[in-house]
Amino acid sequence: MVEPLLRVEALRASYGDARALHGVSLELRAGETLALIGANGAGKSTLLKAICGLVGQNEGRILFKGEDIARRPASRIVRLGVALAPEGRRMFPSLSVEENLILGGKARRPGPWSLESVYALFPVLKERRRQPAPAMSGGQQQMCAIGRALMSNPELLLLDELSLGLAPTIIKDIYELLPRIAAGGVATILVEQDVTRALATAERFVCLQEGHVSLEGDPAEHSRDDITRAYFGT
Amino acid sequence: MSALVSRATRASRVAGLSALGLAAVLVSAPWWTDIATERLIGEFMVYLALATLWNLLAGYAGLVSVGQQAYVGFGAYVLISLASLAGWNPLWAVPMAGLGAAAIATPVARLVFRLQGAYFAIGTWVMAEVFRLVCAQISALGGGSGTSLTPAAMKLVAATRPAREAAIYWLALALGLGAVAVAYLLLRSRIGLALTAIRDSEIASDSLGIRIDRVKLAVYVLVAGLTGMVGALVELQKVRMSPDAAFSVNDWTAFVIFIVVIGGIGTIEGPILGALIYFVLREYLAELGSLYLMILGALAILVMLTAPQGLWGFVQRRFGLSLFPTGYRVRGL
Repeated sequence: MVEPLLRVEALRASYGDARALHGVSLELRAGETLALIGANGAGKSTLLKAICGLVGQNEGRILFKGEDIARRPASRIVRLGVALAPEGRRMFPSLSVEENLILGGKARRPGPWSLESVYALFPVLKERRRQPAPAMSGGQQQMCAIGRALMSNPELLLLDELSLGLAPTIIKDIYELLPRIAAGGVATILVEQDVTRALATAERFVCLQEGHVSLEGDPAEHSRDDITRAYFGT
Repeated sequence: MSALVSRATRASRVAGLSALGLAAVLVSAPWWTDIATERLIGEFMVYLALATLWNLLAGYAGLVSVGQQAYVGFGAYVLISLASLAGWNPLWAVPMAGLGAAAIATPVARLVFRLQGAYFAIGTWVMAEVFRLVCAQISALGGGSGTSLTPAAMKLVAATRPAREAAIYWLALALGLGAVAVAYLLLRSRIGLALTAIRDSEIASDSLGIRIDRVKLAVYVLVAGLTGMVGALVELQKVRMSPDAAFSVNDWTAFVIFIVVIGGIGTIEGPILGALIYFVLREYLAELGSLYLMILGALAILVMLTAPQGLWGFVQRRFGLSLFPTGYRVRGL
């Protein structure tokens, strides 16, 4: 069997005394798209943050290409090929769109993504490249956040709350572009409130409930009721 | 819909031209003013440089140091050692003070960077005290009571007193305006991009692979080096030196923080405005003694409560004015 790109083993993560993940395990193959679903507070964002090194207190192992990154600093993990488009976009407000993108390339990993290819994917960013990031709409900021993550040429792209607070037409536009990103061989973990859309896009899903994996598999092989039960825990 | 986007604003172009004009006027000052005025402007330049440098540390890199007097004093000691003991021309000792301060800042940073927030601030202060205590042990430089630059060394700067005063004045001008120029160019460079990103959000910067510690170290060492040169300048201005004065936390850090806080932290213009206000207050109120210090304290508290971004931040928000823009703005939308 081929070693998976990412293997999370019995991961437990806490914020101070509050434990958010109680032993989560999952695997992701290179190039695969995984939907990570679950109710608010189920631990989805914590899992993403733990993978990219933004949660200090964690136990268990996170193997990326066979290397344990569970307690590595975030700036090191991004150099290994893990990039995050964070919840709420986190643009740098004093910088222009282009400067935000350039900073995404700080990890200096070789690969297909550059300012040109990001602008080809999101032409609106090119039009607005000189503008301050906060002057853009939420959808454009989300594109900028994805573009900024791609600039590091990741092998694993983490998209946190992709559609949160965006207009439905923008969400549709962004989802239509995801296959073009995946076509470049990037594996994706998609955290999403819009379960239907996430399941339609992903090859596999993992459902979290109160810090545990409650269900996982191929979206086509599970009934909607099973998934609803795993989601709400009824 | 077409929009023109640029860094520059009409105000920034006017400011750029006026700054050049003002610089020309200042450079020619020794020909049209007296020594007392030269010295006052020279001292203003010292505070302009220190405030601009401290602002780079605290306002951009998030390094709230209360120990910058370590490098002021260190620079002064390098200058007096090279000039009085080794017989160098003191002007040549100034860049050496800068290099020396940058060199010693590197191991110091390894120590103090282990501390966060308030502990970092205290740690830098403790380091400055260590510097002071070590320098007070150097008996060749007068130990705890200090010494003065020798007349022979002062003669090497220039033979006559007016020429000497002018040389020291120009050095002050170069360091004061140079510090502002360095800060401005640094913030527009690649490292400035990272620095601005860190100021905006450390977490987002970290997750993009910006090596925050490395950027902070670079800024710390650069600021220490330039602060060391300012220290050497202070020694030239004052001639007389003691460890207590050279490593004074009040003179080289507390007043500097006051300037940056009332002027506006995290902007280029803030320290300039703050230094002007500080000098105006000092010229008119200094004879009030301790009441003057109480007025400074009250003013600092008032500004922090009513305009946390300082007076420049207030002006900027109110009127959208930016004289040294490091970001972009949209025109004609």
